[in-house]
Amino acid sequence: MSTPLKNNIVEIENLSFGYSNRLLHQDISMRFPAGKVVAIMGGSGSGKTTLLRLIGGQLKPQSGCVKVDGKVVHEQDGDGIYLMRRKMGMLFQFGALFTDLSVFDNVAFPMRENTNLPEVIIRDLVLLKLNAVGLRGARDLMPAELSGGMARRVALARAVALDPQIIMYDEPFAGLDPISMGIIANLIRRLNDALGATSIVVTHDVHEAFLFVDYVYFVSAGKVVAEGSPQELSQSAMPFVHQFVHGEADGPVPFHYAAPDYAQDMLGAGRV
Amino acid sequence: MERAKLDLWVGVFVALGFAALLGLAMKVGNLSASNIGDTYTVSAYFDNVGSLKPRAPVKSAGVVVGRVESIGFDDEKKEAIVTLHLDMRYHFDTETNASILTSGLLGEQYVGLEAGGEEKMLKNGDKIKLTQGAVVLEKLISQFLYSKASDGADNKQDKKADKE
Amino acid sequence: MFKTLAGVLQHIGHQVVDGVLRLGYATRFFLYALKMSGESFRRFPLVIREIYFTGVLSLIIILVSALFVGMVLGLQGYNTLQRYGSSEAVGVLVALALVRELGPVVTALLFAGRAGTAITAEIGLMKATEQLSAMEMMAVNPISRVVAPRFWAGVISMPFLAALFSMMGVFGGYLVAVQLIGVDNGAFWSQMQSSVDWSDDIMNGVIKSCVFGVACTIIALFEGYDAPPTAEGVSRATTRTVVISSLAVLGLDFVLTAFMLH
Repeated sequence: MSTPLKNNIVEIENLSFGYSNRLLHQDISMRFPAGKVVAIMGGSGSGKTTLLRLIGGQLKPQSGCVKVDGKVVHEQDGDGIYLMRRKMGMLFQFGALFTDLSVFDNVAFPMRENTNLPEVIIRDLVLLKLNAVGLRGARDLMPAELSGGMARRVALARAVALDPQIIMYDEPFAGLDPISMGIIANLIRRLNDALGATSIVVTHDVHEAFLFVDYVYFVSAGKVVAEGSPQELSQSAMPFVHQFVHGEADGPVPFHYAAPDYAQDMLGAGRV
Repeated sequence: MERAKLDLWVGVFVALGFAALLGLAMKVGNLSASNIGDTYTVSAYFDNVGSLKPRAPVKSAGVVVGRVESIGFDDEKKEAIVTLHLDMRYHFDTETNASILTSGLLGEQYVGLEAGGEEKMLKNGDKIKLTQGAVVLEKLISQFLYSKASDGADNKQDKKADKE
Repeated sequence: MFKTLAGVLQHIGHQVVDGVLRLGYATRFFLYALKMSGESFRRFPLVIREIYFTGVLSLIIILVSALFVGMVLGLQGYNTLQRYGSSEAVGVLVALALVRELGPVVTALLFAGRAGTAITAEIGLMKATEQLSAMEMMAVNPISRVVAPRFWAGVISMPFLAALFSMMGVFGGYLVAVQLIGVDNGAFWSQMQSSVDWSDDIMNGVIKSCVFGVACTIIALFEGYDAPPTAEGVSRATTRTVVISSLAVLGLDFVLTAFMLH
């Protein structure tokens, strides 16, 4: 379908994961090559966020594995996981800024916790990161005083505070106006290229994502249903991809949640 | 909130807390009173200690001069043995009389010391020989009733004698 | 009939099993928090910050309540004692009641309502807004960075608050008995001093308040950490904090008192 990708920094191999008896992912395999921006797309509730948590080692798969830099994530002990996470940055869905710390302290947080840098250097680094997202002037504000888009940008600055090799974005566009969305998309691309990092973007916003990502995985019902570059996928004839890209209400992804036959339900056994 | 202000407030809080603990100990509690400095130990046998408790005061002429350290039972003598810690500053002679008294009608019991006329002073480890145990209210009442009853009998006899 | 009985029994059984499970989780949480406490002492400013929020900000409610409790004790005590002609003993009554029981217990109850709920709501919201997850992803352990400092702050604050409560309460009793009613000042204090024992009464009160500090803080932290990450979940957890802390304090008080009086 596409050119084989080499030099993968994150690999998901035959991974299955679920809560209690409902399997969320079935035998999923993905590859994330170094230096690229890769999007994972799918409808709401298709377990995209869970995939990020599996990569970050916050959840353990039932079978299969996630490899980061060649090491299996769920086989690491506590210290190993923390060592691994220092190479990662993650932008949470609504920013997850620490509400009791100022913008400056939020960005400084990972540096203060994980390094022994003197405060002078931390100050310079924080201002550098804040400048990159255009919010150097907002350093003394509290998170409650920020708009949604600004909070997201601060969280982005915090996620890249330690110059991670892997940056994960969980729904970076959710709840943003078009201008903020454009800004964030632009930042994701620029930061990725400037840091030489690998970005994994989880989103359901096809149009915004297709503009700046290198590669796309489509996930549905716990499986990878399509993959390829945005160009390939926008011309794809696959019904699911077509439905998703063009935003049609009904198709392979049904409008109705699984239910007994409508006529039977209205007239049949359930009625007293 | 900046760091210095935070530290200041917490400092004030902790200082207040310590002050309150100290205040409780000194002003409300008996730490100042019980801390009477160096003490020497004497003991005394009592036929009955009543409801005397360890740490009860030892008073002489109404002034606290020591504390009851422990109360035990001597199996040979079948008497209670009370160990007292007395303040080094106060000296009592060997003829000192120790008795168990009650402050007020229903108050707590304490050991009262009354100096005798001897030259020799009590030393650490000595025993007080002259003691008087606690007054047991029931005994007192029954004694009183008994004497009343015998008085009544005497009176009757007297009256009889008068008539005759 | 039989069905409803079985239903009731099943319900009771479920509650008991659930309660035991939660107690087990809470114990593991407590032990883990203890294990992860190293950083709290290496970076003591973290704890100082939390002492400000749990201790200093509870001062007003503690002191005002204590003043009124002491004044009421003074009034009631005088009223009863004067019938027996021993109104000077009101100082003893006020001091013993406060130092042994009311100081530690009422402080712990107020602490659960003031600081405990704040801790639960804060941690619950941090969880709901993924701040704890974010911390984990930044290779920072939330137990050692968020939970342990709050735990130690609560444990440190509680005895001080209880001591302040007792002291303020005695002052309230003094105001009413001596200044208002006219009990003799000397008798008030001297009787108090001769009856309140440093180790038997005051230190036992301090020990109690330390135990209550551990219980109240860990309950508040656990409920917050365990709360479902929704608005309803956090509000329920906050309520549970108050209910469980209060019951735990009163229950523990009985056990501790029984031990202390042999």
